[in-house]
Amino acid sequence: MQEAMINKAKQLLSEGVVNRVIGWKRGEFAYDITPAVFENAEEIEKSFVYDDFTAANVSKYLVKESKKDGKILAFLKPCDTYSFNQLIKEHRIIRENVYIVGIPGGPKLDAEKIKAKGITGILGVKNENYTLKIDTIYGEETMPFYEAVLDKCASCKSKKHVIYDELIGEDGDTLDSNRFDMVEKLENMTAQERYDFWRSQLSKCIRCNACRNVCPACTCEKCVFDNPDSGIENKAPSDSFEENMFHIIRAFHVAGRCTDCGECSRVCPQNIPLHLLNRKFIKDINTFYGEFQAGEDITSLAPLNEFKQNDCEANIIHERGVE
Amino acid sequence: MQVNENKEFQPLIVAFCCNWCSYAGADLAGTNRLNYPDNIKIIRVPCSCRVNPMFILRAFQRGADGVILCGCHPGDCHYTSGNYFTRRRMTLLFSMLDFLGIERNRTRVEWVSAAEGAKFAATMNEFTEAVKKLGPNRRLEDLRCRKQ
Amino acid sequence: MLKISLDKLDKLFEAITASKTLYIPVDREDGAAEYRKYKSGMKLSNALNTVRSAKDFFFPQTENLVDFKMDGKNIEVIDIRKESEDFVIFGVRACDARSFTILDKVFLAEPVDSYYKNRREHGTVVTMACTRPAETCFCGTFGIDATSPEGDAACYSDGENLFIEAHNEKGQKFIDSISALLEDGDTAKLEETRSKTREILKKLPLANLSTDSFGGDKLNEYFNSDKWGELSESCLGCGTCTFVCPTCQCYDIKDFNTGHGIKRFRCWDSCMYSDFTKMAHGNPRLTQLERFRQRFMHKLVYFPANNNGEFGCVGCGRCLSKCPISMNIVKVMKALEVK
Repeated sequence: MQEAMINKAKQLLSEGVVNRVIGWKRGEFAYDITPAVFENAEEIEKSFVYDDFTAANVSKYLVKESKKDGKILAFLKPCDTYSFNQLIKEHRIIRENVYIVGIPGGPKLDAEKIKAKGITGILGVKNENYTLKIDTIYGEETMPFYEAVLDKCASCKSKKHVIYDELIGEDGDTLDSNRFDMVEKLENMTAQERYDFWRSQLSKCIRCNACRNVCPACTCEKCVFDNPDSGIENKAPSDSFEENMFHIIRAFHVAGRCTDCGECSRVCPQNIPLHLLNRKFIKDINTFYGEFQAGEDITSLAPLNEFKQNDCEANIIHERGVE
Repeated sequence: MQVNENKEFQPLIVAFCCNWCSYAGADLAGTNRLNYPDNIKIIRVPCSCRVNPMFILRAFQRGADGVILCGCHPGDCHYTSGNYFTRRRMTLLFSMLDFLGIERNRTRVEWVSAAEGAKFAATMNEFTEAVKKLGPNRRLEDLRCRKQ
Repeated sequence: MLKISLDKLDKLFEAITASKTLYIPVDREDGAAEYRKYKSGMKLSNALNTVRSAKDFFFPQTENLVDFKMDGKNIEVIDIRKESEDFVIFGVRACDARSFTILDKVFLAEPVDSYYKNRREHGTVVTMACTRPAETCFCGTFGIDATSPEGDAACYSDGENLFIEAHNEKGQKFIDSISALLEDGDTAKLEETRSKTREILKKLPLANLSTDSFGGDKLNEYFNSDKWGELSESCLGCGTCTFVCPTCQCYDIKDFNTGHGIKRFRCWDSCMYSDFTKMAHGNPRLTQLERFRQRFMHKLVYFPANNNGEFGCVGCGRCLSKCPISMNIVKVMKALEVK
């Protein structure tokens, strides 16, 4: 795949269709891959990479990149195309300035999950028939491929590209995913258990804002949490209230716009399952207002931007499920 | 208003009332001399839709034990559709608070028209009792704001 | 050297908690490690690094500095400082131990930060030598020997026994307080373990990273380098690198209105944030490029310029594994260095 992508990028560059390529750049190790913009064939030849660790969603970078001169080539995985579509819907990306090549997606790997197994000194990672052969300073280690898969890929919702100019490989379908399982499990707990669960998770938050900054739906030019005039700006969670508030507001602000790309949980340095908050909103929207997938198209109204006269009352929350 | 002198827990309740219906409803309750607890602190808003999730959270941060949001009945909004948006927003917000394990009976939305003074008083009595049963808000309070 | 069998670690911890509060790194459910207050039954983590560094103990993410009470036109200033309790941080790695030296240069220089100093005086740092360094480790670059950590007292493990030695008076006091549990031990096997670890350290992928190209006199060479654009273009502007960093020491002071008074607190700040060092006239660093450059220039040029050549990095590797887009000081050094 990497080879085909490199060739495609070089071809489009030489034909003058695009003048830049956004993709992923090889790092020091097997897994530390950085999203990067390439401007010529030599750079691409030297450091362009697409492998099991290229999980980063590059759609958000296109907000900035699509406003520069010339057209940029973006390789988008199926999940990235949803984010891209959503950004077009919100007029954040200039569509004409992006040439999209759809590429097959994951499952991608999470280096943290390999390290959590106690495997350290990682020099190289190879996937052989869904067994990972990990070359380390301390000798070779193996582990099952699926145990190292990123959470966001383990509950993949779609292999379908919802927008592209051209595809490498075949297009897939939306999947019958198990993505709401954990949300349901929490819903079936008692309020006290849920409270304890979220306290143990959210108290780990260091307020680095990585979840917000990586989120393709968070594109406000000045976030309320960065605005000293808002009265709620803060650089650290000084109280448990602020931990809750930040995460409620973060998830609420993207409710109905979140495509469930899972980047928030992927980047969290404290491994907080932040996507569960977003998924809770998605699940509620599906239940109360009908199935809705943000980013699926560029015309539909977001669920919080419309209403029906016979919508359920808010107090429905007080009557259902476990207290 | 009645003044509570006994020592049982007295919750602090914030009621956001829309200017056109619910605030007038509260007014009517007053002119009709209908009793509702002095635990209720009313904040007048131009429309129930003016209340964003931050208002609700901020009320809890600053010591509220319960928050109730009152607006015009669906279809009667002074601005045609504000309360419909409120309804969706608050449904999702309350559901999220419930998901985080914060007692769901601390929040409520009620539609109260300008003619429903009696409903306003009854709703406030009932809500105050419900919050009283829950005790002080401990799960969504800011410890720094607690009065020593 | 004095030693204790590794099976008896819990006895050691119990003995320490008898007189002081003890913090040890423990494994969390998600596989990462963090420092926790010791309670019976807790197991010492074997992890190389905790997600948050040990600097939290001396320089916490948020702390109240002073309270104000308003009464009409009078303001009462309430000094809320109190003497810190005595505490022990056990199992600090060599890199984190060095970070305290760096933080000391900032907080113990005039004007002395009394909040920091108070904790520093009451805290005993017991370090733990590394035996399984990771690929992200590059403490050697900054002259740190992972097999001989600094700290008030240091521990070394040979797989069976834990050896312990004091580096100063505070460390000696700590050892005296637990001496009933310790016995003299033969260090032959330990020396073997340590030399093995040293061999591994030499073979690490980043073992050859050098600071030769950097230092206080390199301001003009690097400040206007054209590499910053490329290096910073994918930076998300989050604060992960700064908040997991054991040596980042920038903070912001803010007032919180509680409704019945003011709490003045400080919290960590990050040069990656858009309102970092914002002043009345605005922000001196308007673009992410400038903010990104600030972080690395601070560690590699400004800090050594003001501190006799000491760099503001200890090579713990946290930013290498935690940065959401894997852009880090190693990549910056390799891109900038003059070969």
